[in-house]
Amino acid sequence: MTVRLVLIGLVAGVFSTLFGVGGGIVVVPLLIGLAAFAPHVAAATSLGAIVVTATAGVALYSVHGEVRPAYAALVGVPAVAGALAGTHMQQRLSGRALSLAFAGLLVVVGVWLIAG
Amino acid sequence: MSAWVVVAALVLGLGSGILSGLFGVGGGILFVPTLVLLGLGQVEAAATSLLAIMPTAAVGAWRQRAYGNVRARAALVVGLASVAGAALGVQIATRIDESLLRRLFGVLLLAVAGQLAFRAVRQGRRYPDAS
Repeated sequence: MTVRLVLIGLVAGVFSTLFGVGGGIVVVPLLIGLAAFAPHVAAATSLGAIVVTATAGVALYSVHGEVRPAYAALVGVPAVAGALAGTHMQQRLSGRALSLAFAGLLVVVGVWLIAG
Repeated sequence: MSAWVVVAALVLGLGSGILSGLFGVGGGILFVPTLVLLGLGQVEAAATSLLAIMPTAAVGAWRQRAYGNVRARAALVVGLASVAGAALGVQIATRIDESLLRRLFGVLLLAVAGQLAFRAVRQGRRYPDAS
């Protein structure tokens, strides 16, 4: 089991710093698929791991002078309030059409980044 | 930093948080394009996004721990192992062409969109009454 968790961590780490994401997108399915975690336990455990991964990523990128703390604070602090509100709203707003609309938004942003 | 950038950052940060909470996606997937839109380079945006993720992830992990959903030992093993991967990721990101990295990130967004759409359609089939 530990070997599988180490492998999941290695993959998540590369993903995390390469793209600036927490790595949950690879950790959650891998914990479910390789380590037989229940989905909600996988998501929660992934959050704990992300705190460590992101801290390491920030430290490593700081050496290269790539971290902009003022921008991180301006975006990250209101995001905490937003995430709490969003999680709360999920009880009433988790419709299929809404999910597809959000997927559509991600496609637009993705195409913008690929083309631009 | 102009007043416009400050206001845009606050609004987009709040919106990213709401969307990530609502749809269960990580904040980074939305922070990175937000930071690029605000004028940062792709590598700067990735690095800064990681710092912006930390408070949301910490609050989320703390809340989930209260619900008893976090397996602390597994989280620690995955987290510590990820440090080596993170070092490799930084080496790659700071060496490859930034526009290639931005395109790869765009592909990642399309993959997340596909995953969300798949989940929504499957859920719709399982619960046909839920709109």
